[in-house]
Amino acid sequence: MNPQQQALSLWPSAASAAATSADHLIWSFTALTLVLVVPIFLGIAWFALRYRDGKTANRRLRHGHDRMIELGWMIIPFVLTLIFFVWGMRLFVDQKLPPANAMRIEAIGRQWMWKFEHPGGQAEINDLHVPAGQPVLINMISQDVIHGLYVPALRIQMETLPGRYTQLWFNADRVGTYRLLCSEFCGTDHSTMVGLLYVMTPADYAAWLARSHHGERIVSAGRRLFASYGCAGCHDGGTVAAPALAGLYGQVAANGAYVDDTYLRSAILDPDSTRVPGQPAVMPPFKGVVSEDDLFRLIAYIKSLDPAAEASR
Amino acid sequence: MSTSERAFRDPAPAPATIGRPPDYLHESHTLRSWFLTTDHKRIALLYLAAITAFFVVGAIAAGLIRLSLVVPNGEIFTNDTYNKIFTVHGVVMVWFFLIPSIPATFGNFLIPLMIGARDLAFPRLNLLSWYIFVGGALFTLADLIIGGVDTGWTFYAPFSTTFSNTYVIPALIGVIIVGFSSILTGLNFVVTIHAMRAPGMTWFRMPIFVWTHYATSLIFLLATPVITIALILLLMERAFGIGVFDPALGGDPVLFEHLFWFYSHPAVYIMVLPGMGVISEIVPAFAQKRIFGYRFIAYATIGLASITFVVWGHHMFVNGIGTGAAVVFSVLSFAVAVPSAVKVYNWTATIYKGRIRLQTPMLYAMGYIGLFVLGGLTGLFLATLAIDEHVHGTYFVVAHFHYIMVGGTMLAFLGGLHFWWPKFTGRLYPEAWGRISAFLIFIGFNVTFFPQFLLGYLGMPRRYHDYPPEFQLLNILSSAGATILAAGYLFPMVYLIWSLWFGERASANPWGARGLEWTTPSPPPAHNFARQPIVDFEPYAYPDPPADDDGAAHVG
Ligand code: HEC
Ligand code: HEM
Ligand SMILES: [Cu+2]
Ligand SMILES: [Cu+2]
Repeated sequence: MNPQQQALSLWPSAASAAATSADHLIWSFTALTLVLVVPIFLGIAWFALRYRDGKTANRRLRHGHDRMIELGWMIIPFVLTLIFFVWGMRLFVDQKLPPANAMRIEAIGRQWMWKFEHPGGQAEINDLHVPAGQPVLINMISQDVIHGLYVPALRIQMETLPGRYTQLWFNADRVGTYRLLCSEFCGTDHSTMVGLLYVMTPADYAAWLARSHHGERIVSAGRRLFASYGCAGCHDGGTVAAPALAGLYGQVAANGAYVDDTYLRSAILDPDSTRVPGQPAVMPPFKGVVSEDDLFRLIAYIKSLDPAAEASR
Repeated sequence: MSTSERAFRDPAPAPATIGRPPDYLHESHTLRSWFLTTDHKRIALLYLAAITAFFVVGAIAAGLIRLSLVVPNGEIFTNDTYNKIFTVHGVVMVWFFLIPSIPATFGNFLIPLMIGARDLAFPRLNLLSWYIFVGGALFTLADLIIGGVDTGWTFYAPFSTTFSNTYVIPALIGVIIVGFSSILTGLNFVVTIHAMRAPGMTWFRMPIFVWTHYATSLIFLLATPVITIALILLLMERAFGIGVFDPALGGDPVLFEHLFWFYSHPAVYIMVLPGMGVISEIVPAFAQKRIFGYRFIAYATIGLASITFVVWGHHMFVNGIGTGAAVVFSVLSFAVAVPSAVKVYNWTATIYKGRIRLQTPMLYAMGYIGLFVLGGLTGLFLATLAIDEHVHGTYFVVAHFHYIMVGGTMLAFLGGLHFWWPKFTGRLYPEAWGRISAFLIFIGFNVTFFPQFLLGYLGMPRRYHDYPPEFQLLNILSSAGATILAAGYLFPMVYLIWSLWFGERASANPWGARGLEWTTPSPPPAHNFARQPIVDFEPYAYPDPPADDDGAAHVG
């Protein structure tokens, strides 16, 4: 069941179309590298033999074109390599724009394990199950030091930072089992902070979801927490003039910042950091009160709020 | 014909030792005369001794790393021990060997000789720099003795500030102190090169070696203070809980990455530019030919030293810096290829139609060019966003920077050591042994590090001592290469020391090289030049071959 058990592998498996494109890029760049270095290597070897001291050879130099030659070997390799800059940039930028229908998985890194939670609330440690052919967005955060979520078969990785969400998305379309690793040194057991990525047919994935123990859906857990932490007391009507949260996500907040996951996170943990200057400090900080797990649930709930429904209430 | 010109065109054969004023090595013999010397040549040898000792420490650590990686399950050392070993290796090799290596030894010894000065501008400051260096280094050694540190040479926060349970503080103090030594050395070189050139030694008559050291010194001066501040902030967070980088204390860990790489990318040019200077001296000497495109190389040196300040973000493509920033850092990193290409193609063109002698320094220089090219081009792979997204944090990066720093800088160091050894010591080393070890190092190096490119591409992360089994064969290959490499390093240590007593005596200019340093006897007298040299010749004034040259004529 494991990805590979022999002592030598020379070709990494590719689990997505993007991984195959990255391979094309890498091998084409390798070809250009050969074009650029083989003449130098052969040239040096050949000159060294041909013009050995004491050997008869025509050593007459023609001067005059030196400047053209210099400019030539400055500019031509640069332009050739720039092709790869553009190519690499386009693949990379694609990797930054998750499609709207991406399925979202929450990930938490901590010394020394990964925790993943599916939208239905199914949680798993170190391993991750995803359906093939379905774009998956991983929203991750670290509870302690910097980690890095790395899946070689997808040719992608992203640092998992404390205090800030980072994201990664992919569309694994080849069913199989692949390695999932931590790529940023994080201390004692860094090298065992690893697991497996199971890319399954959608049917198998559905069966897996049904089979795995699951608690609440992330959004409904968020709704429950919103009440139990007392957020609802202020934000759902009540006497305090707390801002409405529905529709906030993706907008520009009152303080001018763009509202994303990290914004909501800081608004909850440290309201001072997002409050419009001059406003009285009303909302208490929840730093040290709400855990990372509860945070992503609360955020998922806030994002799920529908402004239309709110207005009609 | 002026005196200096005669001295230059026809370096007077060094008079026999008897009746000659004692050279800098034999002027006095007391320990005090070494440890309180202000002679740049003696200080250079003090540095040589110190960095060689550090190289040995770092190399032993490297051997232990390669030993551990022979098996995939990490059974040879515990995880914490392994983490400490690679940290020692990185910290010692980067901060205590590579950064000071060429500038503090060859630069110290040769810059005054090459520009016709009696010493550096501030001889006592120079000695102080050495003491600061050794003082800082002692903190690191102490750290090793009391229990070690496990953060990696990169000291990423908040691991280094809040989470590591090892002795981070002594290591930080050591590195901070050594930074001051770099700053003082840089200052000394800049002032010397500006103010102490011999009459007639214009900027464009300076050897490329001096140009590269000038550029390196500027980087020392401009970049080192940034790392000093970053490390002091780390220290304050770790020691006093002042939140700068740890988000739990209200800090920002990405800020540390920025500060760290703002210094550490230029630092890679601190390591690499002086090596380019060495190669630019060796290649013309062993081709007996004027260096091709002198001015382009000089400008490229300054170009590299400038661009190097704006590419640090390529170490952070996958840490969530904005996509726009990533694209800008990527294209700027590609621009680095331009000045690098200038150098490589110019060296190649220098060899063309030269009168090539394949002696030890030249073998090292040719090895350098090959390995530096591969290291530089794989740097472009890493600068390509979609490739870095895959191989960041893997053995591909490890292979890349070892090609540059070991294949490049280390080979330049050894090449330079063999090239100027007669000048430093007045002795020649056994040529056959020199060639054998140059070959061993070249082969051992490639066997060790080429497989690591493949490992990285296959997805083996760095700093893993417990790795997936499919990577074992390539790791064994790499470890096998390391044993060849180790043999290659041991030979010079033995025969160079042997040559101090038993080597053939060297003439003033055993290679028929051009440059003021070869006009003084080997070893030079304490005051470098008997008379103030006056420079009225171009650098690398190797004669053009006569128009009808068929190679029969022999210029030595
Ligand atoms: C005491 C009343 C109160 C409680 C309890 C409270 N909030 Fe708030 N909240 C506010 C007020 C008032 C603001 C506006 C900023 C301020 O004045 O602090 C605010 C701001 C916010 C914002 C930022 C809105 C924006 O437009 O920038 C978010 C998000 C938020 N709260 C979420 C929560 C969550 C989640 C909880 C529960 C964990 C919670 N709040 C608990 C009163 C409260
Ligand atoms: C010329 C001398 C060079 C030296 C000494 C050098 C050294 C290094 C070192 C030490 C690292 C790894 C740092 C770490 O993570 O611990 C590194 C990484 C890197 N180098 Fe170089 N390098 C050099 C040239 C280049 C060039 C020319 C480029 C590209 C134009 C380049 C691009 C990179 C990139 C992108 C990384 C980051 C890889 C990653 O971590 O994802 N380097 N280099
Ligand atoms: Cu890790
Ligand atoms: Cu860099």
